[in-house]
Amino acid sequence: MNNSVAKEKIISLRKKRSLEDMRFKYYGFTAMCLSLAVLVFLLYTIFSKGYTAFQKTIVLLEVDYNQEVLKLTPDSSVEEMEKGKFFRVKKQAIENFFPDLSKSDIKLVKKLFSINVDNEIKDYFLDNPEVINTKQQIWVTAHSDVDQLLKGNSRRDVPEDRRKLNDIQLSYVDQLVEEKRVKQVFNNFFFTKADSRHPEIAGVAGSFMGSLFTLFTVFILSFPIAIGASVYLEEFAPKNRITELIEVNISNLAAVPSIVFGLLGLGVLLNVFGLPRSTPLVGGSVLALMTLPTIIIACRASLKAVPPSIKEGALAVGATKTQAVFHHVVPLALPGTLTGTIIGLAQALGETAPLIMIGMIAFIPNIPTGLTEPSAALPVQIYLWVESAERGFQEKSAAAIMVILIFLFMMNAIAVFLRNRFERKW
Amino acid sequence: MFFWSLVLIAVGIFSSFIYGRSRIKLNSKKQGTKSKSLPNYYAQYVLIWCLFPALIVYFSWAIFQEQIIQNIVISKFEFIEGAVYNEGLLLAEIRNVANNPSFADGKSIEIINAASHYSSLRQISQISFYTSIIIIMLLGALYASQKLKPEFHAQHTIERYIQYILIFCSSVAIFTTIGIVFSLIFESLRFFAEVSIFEFLFSTEWYPFIPIREGQTAAEGSFGAVPIFAGTFLVMVVAMCVAAPLGLLTAIYLAEYASKRVRKTVKPLLEILAGIPTIVYGFFAFVSVAPFVKAFGQSFGIDASPTSALAAGMVMGVMIIPFISSLSDDVINSVPQSLREASLGIGANKAETIKKVILPAALPGIVGAFLLAISRAIGETMIVVVAAGTAPNLTGNPFENVTTVTVQIVVALIGDQEFDNPRTLSAFALGLVLFVITLFLNIIALQIVKRYRERYE
Repeated sequence: MNNSVAKEKIISLRKKRSLEDMRFKYYGFTAMCLSLAVLVFLLYTIFSKGYTAFQKTIVLLEVDYNQEVLKLTPDSSVEEMEKGKFFRVKKQAIENFFPDLSKSDIKLVKKLFSINVDNEIKDYFLDNPEVINTKQQIWVTAHSDVDQLLKGNSRRDVPEDRRKLNDIQLSYVDQLVEEKRVKQVFNNFFFTKADSRHPEIAGVAGSFMGSLFTLFTVFILSFPIAIGASVYLEEFAPKNRITELIEVNISNLAAVPSIVFGLLGLGVLLNVFGLPRSTPLVGGSVLALMTLPTIIIACRASLKAVPPSIKEGALAVGATKTQAVFHHVVPLALPGTLTGTIIGLAQALGETAPLIMIGMIAFIPNIPTGLTEPSAALPVQIYLWVESAERGFQEKSAAAIMVILIFLFMMNAIAVFLRNRFERKW
Repeated sequence: MFFWSLVLIAVGIFSSFIYGRSRIKLNSKKQGTKSKSLPNYYAQYVLIWCLFPALIVYFSWAIFQEQIIQNIVISKFEFIEGAVYNEGLLLAEIRNVANNPSFADGKSIEIINAASHYSSLRQISQISFYTSIIIIMLLGALYASQKLKPEFHAQHTIERYIQYILIFCSSVAIFTTIGIVFSLIFESLRFFAEVSIFEFLFSTEWYPFIPIREGQTAAEGSFGAVPIFAGTFLVMVVAMCVAAPLGLLTAIYLAEYASKRVRKTVKPLLEILAGIPTIVYGFFAFVSVAPFVKAFGQSFGIDASPTSALAAGMVMGVMIIPFISSLSDDVINSVPQSLREASLGIGANKAETIKKVILPAALPGIVGAFLLAISRAIGETMIVVVAAGTAPNLTGNPFENVTTVTVQIVVALIGDQEFDNPRTLSAFALGLVLFVITLFLNIIALQIVKRYRERYE
């Protein structure tokens, strides 16, 4: 009797305990799934907000390349054509865009077009000079407000004074849609232009080049220094206080917040050495100092992975220590060090705060061509667009994030490839 | 200048190498003895003596040329009595005119003169730059060639030089730390010369004041950083509330329960989460989480601000999940297998083993991981710059708008940077506080983790 009660107690206790076990496992599983769900949600948010930026809206505009309006003749030289009065052609085209427009209506219609339309009309003419004195139907870029409306990013049902486009302009846009005079095409500007105040002609080309120049600087500075430092610490350094100090220093530097490196760049590189502000040279130097600890740690790990027998073999046949290390150990560790460097570069690519400190946040409307020219960088460009009040920049920032993520993905893929291709198991 | 001088140096070192090689062969042939080292070492010796002086000249020129020229131009510039000039603007104008003659229209005669002075100085500097590089390379090669005798141990010397280079490489980290400490302390001292350190650390009013008119002093603003520290703390607490349970439970699941296949797929995915740039998290917080938090607060009748501590903290928490989970995973894995087996052997099930044996054993390591995560959260910038506010607010309510140390550093340094203005300098004082706190947390965390490792090794 007593025995069976005890048995039942044990059974129920065991049930409870195994239930507890299940529950605990379930908690862990849920936590893991939640973390991954956030990742999926993050990527989904970026994609759903950003994919529209790869398209732009264009409008069919009838342009009359009248020679009197242009102040050109059919046999003008190219230089003269460059100076043609295309803004007058554009004005005329807009005035005749819809039949019977009043003066105030023309102002409203003008706001449906991008500021870049002048250039597009001009470029079309320069490509086809024979169109002089003819009427041409050409597709020109629409204003960002129209673009956002047609993409469904800005809403029609809010009160008129809180909309970018008023009721008359909305009816114009509807009319254009009905007459099939607008369409959406691939947004080449996004990949060929630098930043702009106007969302419809803003692109990532400038900041992309800026990031490339910055990464180039980081690589040139950090790769040799990191290899030198890790070879010294791993192979030559005597075990003493100074070596220990260097090692502690490196591991602490790895955890210093990136913004502090920005202050270093501002306080020392810009104010003491007077290097040029806002340039990839300074940005790259700061990021190189920042990623150096990461790369050194990776390089040391790959040097350590080379078995000592290699070095000992070289020493045994009469090589000096320097020869043994540089002719045998370093070449074998090279793929590993490269992998570590690429991972460090990937970290540098996404870093924003230090670049803001050294002034790479300035508005740069052209594509940089050198290390000492002011330029933007991809992450800072994203920041500028996120902060911008203009609605059209939001999709741009998401699209720029996609660009940077693809860039990062490719760098990591190269790192993994190098590791798998050249890694040797000893 | 950049490109052609590099080409010049490249040509120089190439020819010095060839020269050194042929010279030592010639010399040893003349003396009829074999040289002590291989000819290549002698060539490298000449190369090093050619390259390094040239590099020193190159960098000192690159760094100081512009400053020296500007100083000369400004010192020669005839200031009109009574007029107020901003030196920086003036220089920019002179440079513009010098680089682009079409800007000269309508500029005063002084500026045009200064601009021509500027461009002539630049020309002189360029010419003397190239000549001095060539001369210094020749001198270096000449010095080295005196030593090119067969009895000279070139290899030993080269190896010694290589040692010096390596030592220099590893001391870059030290120089970086020194640079950080000095720039922070130096500018902070200038800040504390105008604002008392007690006000900065203990006062609760933060209204950095920018003197606009003459006669106003910046000291009229107040620099009490307590609301900023409080805001940083609040965001950090929210972040840890998200990251600590999720990260730790994920680590436990991965280390103790998950099959090998799950581990192999989930770990790289978490690494992706760790590799995403922080500005992307900022965008996510701004676009998705902040509106959600606002709507969530409203449904409970709380008036949430569009940039709340909660939104920034939650996203920051997500950012440090992989950090905590990978560190804790390492720690849990390094708990000896014997402890696990003993616990399971006396009849405990897995959950009991984890809770009663493994976690207590791993506790110091986990605390270390948390401290590192806290230091990461405090130093994180872009998420809070985008998703938290810029106005200081002393509050404990996570639905309200707060600001953090990093945000204030960014705010103070965006735009005009006048280094005689306490508002700009306050960034360095805040940076110093940030640096000291994160360094302190790191040292403690590393100590704890190290001791923990030693216990089980």
